[in-house]
Amino acid sequence: MAARLTDAVALDVVAARRSPLPRALIIGATIVLVLLIAAALAKVIAPYPFDQMHIRDRLSPPSLHYLAGTDEYGRDVFSRLLIGSQLSLLLGVIATLISMGIGVPLGLLAGYRRGLTDEVIMRALDIMMAFPPIMLVLLILAVTQPSLVKTAFAIGVLSAPPIGRVTRSVTLDLMSGEFMEAARARGERLHYVLRRELLPNVWPLLMVEASLRVVFAVLLGAVLSFLGFGVQPPAADWGLMISDGRAFVDKAPWISLAPGIAMSITVIGISLLGDGLREVLDPRMDGRR
Amino acid sequence: MAAYALRRLGTVLLILVVMSLLVFLATHALPSNTAALILGQYSTPETLAALEHKLGLDLPLPVQYWHWADAMLHGDMGQSLVMERPVAPILWDAFDRSAILAVLAMAIVATLGITMGVVAAVWRGRWRDHTVSVFAYLGISVPEFYWGLVLILVFGSRLHLLPTSGLGNLSDGLASYASFLVLPVVTLTLTLLAHVSRLTRSSMAEELDSMYVRVARSRGLPERVVIVRHALRNALVPTITVLAQDFGFLIGGIVAIETIFAYPGLGRLLIFALQRQDLPLMQAAILVLTAVFCLANLGADLLYGVANPRIHHGSAVD
Repeated sequence: MAARLTDAVALDVVAARRSPLPRALIIGATIVLVLLIAAALAKVIAPYPFDQMHIRDRLSPPSLHYLAGTDEYGRDVFSRLLIGSQLSLLLGVIATLISMGIGVPLGLLAGYRRGLTDEVIMRALDIMMAFPPIMLVLLILAVTQPSLVKTAFAIGVLSAPPIGRVTRSVTLDLMSGEFMEAARARGERLHYVLRRELLPNVWPLLMVEASLRVVFAVLLGAVLSFLGFGVQPPAADWGLMISDGRAFVDKAPWISLAPGIAMSITVIGISLLGDGLREVLDPRMDGRR
Repeated sequence: MAAYALRRLGTVLLILVVMSLLVFLATHALPSNTAALILGQYSTPETLAALEHKLGLDLPLPVQYWHWADAMLHGDMGQSLVMERPVAPILWDAFDRSAILAVLAMAIVATLGITMGVVAAVWRGRWRDHTVSVFAYLGISVPEFYWGLVLILVFGSRLHLLPTSGLGNLSDGLASYASFLVLPVVTLTLTLLAHVSRLTRSSMAEELDSMYVRVARSRGLPERVVIVRHALRNALVPTITVLAQDFGFLIGGIVAIETIFAYPGLGRLLIFALQRQDLPLMQAAILVLTAVFCLANLGADLLYGVANPRIHHGSAVD
């Protein structure tokens, strides 16, 4: 209870002192919000169906008709970008939720209990991390039929060990804190210590890590599509679009560049949001900047 | 420390055994087996059964695994199905070429990334910090192969400055050989550099604001000593962990980058094997990449212990 009270007070003080929110948070949140709306309304906003071919307008440069130009089949790149945003965001969010659900509890427990628990958990995570990230996904996708859910699950499981490790290393640093000593002296239960004492303090760094993980999932998903093991054509996946445009990079660079820019904006938006949240949430960030 | 290192080495071996089992089982879950792949469309049930018998594919799985693992340990990686040559020489040649890329990129990332992170943290909120963050955001915001594409567009197609695909020939001189490495290495570096500098900045900023740094400053220690000897030493702990993680990312990056630059390394070999379902090649490539990754993790763990003496390995100290 005590820890929560001081946290709440600290947050209020921070909020009061720094009335204008961090710029990163505002810009990041705006970008993410716009993206979410665009993805939700993609079908309504898109000027053309994503797979409609305009044979006469193949490889035409960006214009008022085709905002981001057309590809080698005369499909509107802008419409495809909009539909593609759904795939990317879905992949990022599902994968990250899976990885946090596995990684956070394990990391907290390992860092707090130390000893045998720590050893067992960390060895298990080591074994998971021993596979170079892309190998496991490639192996799974090469053996089975690729699908978005399977890709998200594989990436999520892969991201759990890094989340667990970060959680553990932050927990280890927190262990020598006075509030932990106090909790121990009060004889608090394990569950209470993990959730009420450690988690709130680990959370800020975890937010940064979570934003990195969403980004990781979006990017790895793009790599997989690029290599031909992810989302399959004719889906309007950003990675797939970049890959398809490679052959036309001289004549029609917009086919590859446009989805790259869209991905870049997405990833920057999520990263800024993570950074901004950190500045607001982390009590230790008080008075910085 | 020595005992700890030995114990960890034992774990690495255990991990490799587990991995080899996984790879073996996963490739056996594939729809077709080696015999069917060799015979292709001309197979009949009789020839298939005969070849399966000859290759030992009709033996129980554990026995097959034992034969395969035993051969692997003796350096015999089998025959490539597609190229119809022994896997080992092909694989080690590709390995050397990938290692050149990886080592160059990792060296640049570690030195430049940590430096950039420290500079950004020390001059927090000033133009140096902003420059590093803009760079970091740009670098981290697209998959590495996209930078590869952009670099190809700019330096290859438009400026004709650098070769954009393939591998140089050492007989044409070192400069020519190196020119083929520039774009792949720069591409590999960009993303990881962003990651490392960003993390170093945030952990460094935390340390610089901590009590002990304030104490060190108030004792009148020169700023350089405070930054390097006090703050950086502690800030490096999470950075080292991330560098090891990044090595895995680097291996992933190598796969995509070798593909886009048509660089004949291990990554491209693996993609080739996966696409063509060349099982022996696939198994060997994955195992070798996994072994490299394990050793990198081991190295990072040992460094972690050196950098942070507060963490005593094995025994819990509170």
